[in-house]
Amino acid sequence: MSVRTERRSRGPLIVLPAALWLILFFTLPLLIVVAISLVERGRAGGVKLPLVFTLEYYQRLVDPLYLGIFWSSIRIGLIVTGACVLVGYPMALFISRVAPGRRNAVLLLVMIPFWTNFLVRTYAMKLLLSAEGVVNNLLVGARLVDAPLNLLFNNFAVILGLVYGYLPFAVLPMYTSIEKFDLTLVEAAADLGANLRRAFLRIMLPLTAPGIVASVILVFVPVVGAFITPDIMGGGKVEMIGTLINRQFGVARNWPFGSAMSLALMAMVVVGVVYYLRTSQEGERPL
Amino acid sequence: MSDYAVELIGVSKSFPTSKGEQIAAVDRISLSIKHGEFFSLLGPSGCGKTTTLRMIAGFELPTEGEIRILGESMGETPPYQRRVNIVFQNYALFPHMTVYGNVAFGLEMDKIPSPEIRERVTEALRLVRLPGMEDRRPKQLSGGQQQRVALARALVKRPAVLLLDEPLGALDLKLRKEMQLELKHIQAEVGITFIYVTHDQEEALTMSDRIAVMSEGQVLQLGTAAEIYESPLSRFVADFIGETNFLDGELETVRDGLATVLVDGTLRLSAGSAASDLRRGQPIILTVRPEKISLHSRQLDGAVAGQIEELVYIGTDTRYQVRVSEGSRLVVRVQNSGSADQAGFRQGDRVYLTWDPAVARILVR
Ligand SMILES: Nc1ncnc2c1ncn2[C@@H]1O[C@H](COP(=O)(O)OP(=O)(O)O)[C@@H](O)[C@H]1O
Ligand SMILES: [Mg+2]
Repeated sequence: MSVRTERRSRGPLIVLPAALWLILFFTLPLLIVVAISLVERGRAGGVKLPLVFTLEYYQRLVDPLYLGIFWSSIRIGLIVTGACVLVGYPMALFISRVAPGRRNAVLLLVMIPFWTNFLVRTYAMKLLLSAEGVVNNLLVGARLVDAPLNLLFNNFAVILGLVYGYLPFAVLPMYTSIEKFDLTLVEAAADLGANLRRAFLRIMLPLTAPGIVASVILVFVPVVGAFITPDIMGGGKVEMIGTLINRQFGVARNWPFGSAMSLALMAMVVVGVVYYLRTSQEGERPL
Repeated sequence: MSDYAVELIGVSKSFPTSKGEQIAAVDRISLSIKHGEFFSLLGPSGCGKTTTLRMIAGFELPTEGEIRILGESMGETPPYQRRVNIVFQNYALFPHMTVYGNVAFGLEMDKIPSPEIRERVTEALRLVRLPGMEDRRPKQLSGGQQQRVALARALVKRPAVLLLDEPLGALDLKLRKEMQLELKHIQAEVGITFIYVTHDQEEALTMSDRIAVMSEGQVLQLGTAAEIYESPLSRFVADFIGETNFLDGELETVRDGLATVLVDGTLRLSAGSAASDLRRGQPIILTVRPEKISLHSRQLDGAVAGQIEELVYIGTDTRYQVRVSEGSRLVVRVQNSGSADQAGFRQGDRVYLTWDPAVARILVR
């Protein structure tokens, strides 16, 4: 964004490629999705020809069944985001405290999972948690449990998979904020009578909040719409918006309904993020 | 109540280096700082001043020794339970809070009722001459003003001891001079013990009741400004505090506290001796401050003859470099008081130098 606004002064020609890109790969597809959501479905997928206008698919969205799935997706999104922030913040703090010479190496460790295909990593997680997997074998072997636990195909498995997949997205923005944070401020707070908890809450947390806000958005937005992880880790038993949309364009062959659902998800995320940014910026005002 | 505000008893602090060794940032320091004293830790960068201060504040724990505040042994007492406050070198103001928020922070932590907080913050801002700045953010203030906020934030807590780590280091010269006087006034007004860290010897001399001169983690000399300036006990201290001359020589005789020194095998000089256990023939250093030497155009009894090699006019004084023997030069500072007798020397002139033997010091080499 900022790059584009800076360059605007150099004349409209220079933004042309970016504008074309945006129109071609964002605005146009979005308009097509809107269009599809407003016409009747075709028998074998696609849309019925000639086009027949309808609002039917939007009306179907408020069906309690789908509302329930929306709600549970949001809930999973919130839990995963919360877990990523809670685990990622200490990780980011730790990385920022590593000696500068070794810091890039540690950051690289955070990024290494990206070198492996997301699908492969998710299947690996599934193998770990399966009835014959490493985790259950260890638990049974150590006689902590009598029979293998059901670790797969439930909300827990999906949440675990998503936290694992999206943790790096949470760590990096928080690292950027924490790295800029001057730790003498915590000492100053301690000197003025604040114990560690209060020094953190009053000084470090508000000053590293921009990183947390960025992490929350970066994790929450893709997680609410995730479909690969819930599909694999949930084994078809855990329904999320993403899996639902995926099914409409696949086996259900209901493109208009899938489109309406995508747009609803998008609207929800945009409204949520704008509201969240507003309130989190208010929190940063002087006391 | 104890006799001292702060006592350091054989305090050391080592840090591990990257190679796995330990380096002693502070090496067996013992100090007793009196109530209401303006006490300075003076030394070059890296000599362990900040580390000493941080141990008193509780941010670092000594690897050895004991720290007492108001007679109470600190052990591992955390910073927020010590009755000391610190003014950081970079001020460490909270950027997301206003000036008021910054100064009130410490009182809020103590759960002081808010009407009293308001009163005390206002009073503290008046003390540092920053009234009416309550709603500004630190970024909207000049360096000098930020410095005052940092001071108010610490003083508002009414600590037993205020620690200041090169608080004026970032200010320009004029402002620094002003703040030096103001800090002295503030200290007199609040009566709090100040422990002041600086590498600026002039600053330490002007402000302090007592000074500890540090080098490589150790206290080399402890005393009032006059004691340290007039009677340095080591070459390092003499050199670090003010300007001075050093002449290498051998001790010839010591009689009635007066030593005779042979410099360059030809020059026979006398000086008040520092140590009593000096031997004849022992290699020593004679030191005498430039402003203690007088220049004469005529030969006087006991005067050292020399030739002016260089002179620099520096306003109040003129600074002469005089060659007194093949290998030795002395710097002489003469006040430009208008007396024609002394102002008239020129480069190449033959001159005669005298000084009161009592002001020259003998240091062991
Ligand atoms: N946290 C630390 N880790 C390792 N070495 C340190 C640390 N703090 C200080 N030192 C070392 O201790 C010595 C004294 O430092 P410091 O007390 O900051 O000196 P000063 O304030 O007099 O400039 C220096 O050599 C410094 O590199
Ligand atoms: Mg320092």
